[in-house]
Amino acid sequence: MPLLDIKNLTVSFDTSTGPFLAVKGIDLSVEPREVLAIVGESGSGKSVSMLAVMGLLPASATVTADRMSFDGVDLLGLDAAERRKIVGKDISMIFQEPIASLNPCFTVGFQIEEVLRFHMGMDRAQRRARAIELLTLVGIPEPAERLSSYPHQMSGGQCQRVMIAIAIACNPKLLIADEPTTALDVTIQKQILDLLVRLQAEYGMGLIMITHNMGVVAETADRVIVQYKGTKMEEAGVLSLFESPKSNYTRALLSALPDNATGDRLPTVSDMMFEPAPGA
Amino acid sequence: MTDQSAGLPAAATVPTGPRQRALSEFWHYFSMNTGAVIGLVVFTLLVLTAIFAPLIAPHMPDEQFRDSLLTPPMWQEGGKSMFILGTDAVGRDMLSRLIYGARYSLFIGLVVVVFALVSGIILGVLAGYFRGWVDTLIMRVMDIILAFPSLLLALVLVAILGPGLFNAMLAIALVLQPHFARLTRAAVMAEKNREYVVSAKVAGASHLRLMLVTILPNCVAPLIVQATLSFSNAILEAAALGFLGMGAQPPTPEWGTMLATAREFILRAPWVVTFPGLAILITVLAINLIGDGLRDALDPKLKRS
Amino acid sequence: MSVVVEGKNIKRDYHVGGGLMRGARTVHAVKGVSFSVEQGKTLAIVGESGCGKSTLARIITLIDPATSGDLLIDGHKVDIAKDGLSKEMRRKVQIVFQNPYGSLNPRQKIGDILGEPLIINTDKPAEERRELAHAMLKKVGLGPEHYNRYPHMFSGGQRQRIAIARALMLNPRLLVLDEPVSALDLSVQAQVLNLLADLQDEFELTYVFISHDLSVVRYIADDVMVMYFGEAVEYGPRDEVFSNPQHSYTKTLFAATPRADVASIKARLAKKAA
Repeated sequence: MPLLDIKNLTVSFDTSTGPFLAVKGIDLSVEPREVLAIVGESGSGKSVSMLAVMGLLPASATVTADRMSFDGVDLLGLDAAERRKIVGKDISMIFQEPIASLNPCFTVGFQIEEVLRFHMGMDRAQRRARAIELLTLVGIPEPAERLSSYPHQMSGGQCQRVMIAIAIACNPKLLIADEPTTALDVTIQKQILDLLVRLQAEYGMGLIMITHNMGVVAETADRVIVQYKGTKMEEAGVLSLFESPKSNYTRALLSALPDNATGDRLPTVSDMMFEPAPGA
Repeated sequence: MTDQSAGLPAAATVPTGPRQRALSEFWHYFSMNTGAVIGLVVFTLLVLTAIFAPLIAPHMPDEQFRDSLLTPPMWQEGGKSMFILGTDAVGRDMLSRLIYGARYSLFIGLVVVVFALVSGIILGVLAGYFRGWVDTLIMRVMDIILAFPSLLLALVLVAILGPGLFNAMLAIALVLQPHFARLTRAAVMAEKNREYVVSAKVAGASHLRLMLVTILPNCVAPLIVQATLSFSNAILEAAALGFLGMGAQPPTPEWGTMLATAREFILRAPWVVTFPGLAILITVLAINLIGDGLRDALDPKLKRS
Repeated sequence: MSVVVEGKNIKRDYHVGGGLMRGARTVHAVKGVSFSVEQGKTLAIVGESGCGKSTLARIITLIDPATSGDLLIDGHKVDIAKDGLSKEMRRKVQIVFQNPYGSLNPRQKIGDILGEPLIINTDKPAEERRELAHAMLKKVGLGPEHYNRYPHMFSGGQRQRIAIARALMLNPRLLVLDEPVSALDLSVQAQVLNLLADLQDEFELTYVFISHDLSVVRYIADDVMVMYFGEAVEYGPRDEVFSNPQHSYTKTLFAATPRADVASIKARLAKKAA
């Protein structure tokens, strides 16, 4: 049974110029212990569909789906309170801007322990012990001292590690990472990606990696969904996606990578989108 | 997605020019605030009243009717239909004086705000742009002005300059000016390090051009809001100075001065005091409501998307 | 080929002001960097945040002065701290910034944005400025219909085209590109990189290209400089740097760059299955 199972998800936003469809009928499923990458450029609806799962969209958004179930529980039928018990505990999420995702007014320790108190009901000593354990796990040196640090005293990479610690605090079954390394330097990106993949394997979590970076996809994913303007263009295993992409759009994306440049000019997506696939 | 096509939808929905679009968007946000629209209507009526005062007012403001001193309003016992809101202690028609008084109040508000705005913007832009000792000097002087209770400072200034409407306006402008200077300075400091300013610098723009052409237009939104709120403040303070005998001098039909000359009749003839007070209240309330609406419409942080 | 820009042992220190309790200290943002770029060539400066590459970009663009060292543009020594900056020098070097949303004045129309450098630096009449702006819009792949619009009506890629057009209005010799494609989507990035390559050919432009993205650098650069904590730890022709990096930091940087080729994916999956 898939961990997260979504059928025909549609998200629309009310705007002053009428409804805007951000996600247009997307099917998506994640198995336990699987790394799924959702890749797309800005405006592809890749973040919006995951925010819909988390119930984090603003009131102007309308979410409809034929099915949206997590671990056998129907998310659509839950009220806000029941949903909060799952979101943050069994499903958690990390975001692009690590420094902005932490509250600058509270210490790192307080923010980790807050999650533990709310979802796990631990007492003070247990919380502190678990917080130190978590910081060790995400590779922060001197975790006991770091608990009393404020976010501005840490680097972007360290803040992202703290965000990951908070996200895995309650042993979630599914972790959603929304562009987790986009704001970070390449060497730090490598460390964070390695950390995410290691934690995913160790804890047997499902991991959804939302990214625009084909390199990140290649380095982490088992399976890939390519989205474009709210529609799913392609879904494939990571190897077959890179080896033999089926949709024009995927091929365009791959050839727009400067790595793959042949000759003087980079092929652009608009060059490729409307040509027939070779052999089609 | 491809960057050629991305601009087209935006273009397609804009048949009119960008200015009209900005204006209609502004009106959209402004009109969502009912209070602001009511304020705007009241304020417009006031302006019209002030402009057409000679046509509307039933009598001249300083015309004395010796046979009807302290006549009550027409709906009270002893009222005359000739004097709708009654007359004051020397027999002048209250309504006419209030209508002409609107001219003074709006004039005071306008002049004070223009004085304070212009001087505040100049000082604020200089302080925020050059920083360093220029900033320190200007802002410490502003701090000193802000450290005095505003009415007290205005009183002292008028006492030095001599009582009179013009001096009172000057004093009030000086008291209100630090708010503009601080606001401008903060906005300029925020904008100064934005990349478009550096770009203009790389294009070779001079300091003056950077300050006035590049940075200042991006700082106007909070200043407009502050200007409306200061408008009502100026009217209030001018009324207060008038009440204390330091502002407009009798027989000028300025609302604060009218209040002052009538205060001994507060028990015998309450209408002489009530109506100028009400006029000040309504005007200030209307302008403050407009200010709130402007803040909603112009501050991008408060915009609901 | 003539050398358009040359830096000799350029240093830049910042004095971080001390508060009441602690004294001021000095941060060495750029610690003695030398380079030279010939006309029509591209020097890429690579490094991570805080390595001093943007500080160096501002020095080359003649926005900030260097603390010490010589900067030569077209063989003329320029020291803006001492001599100020002549209009002629100002015209020679222009910059394109990373963030296309912040680098255009939101209250100016595109036509005014493009015309501004001409108003300031030349005495061309309005009609001629207008024609030049139209011609430049066409060169960067936009049309005359965009002339009277405001920046917020454009997408990120289009804004970056406008920023490039503005930088080219004065016919500069040297264009400093500070992460010009980092904020753009992959497909738009490809278009802007193509545009930059075309413009370089057409105007024989010299580029200093600041980036943290090695794949972009590899595509566009002739020479590569790797900066690390204010120092140039690696400097040489592109192929040499990429095929045979000398400094350990360069090697770390290359190793950390995600690989999107089929062979490395296969290797990773095999490792995972094992």
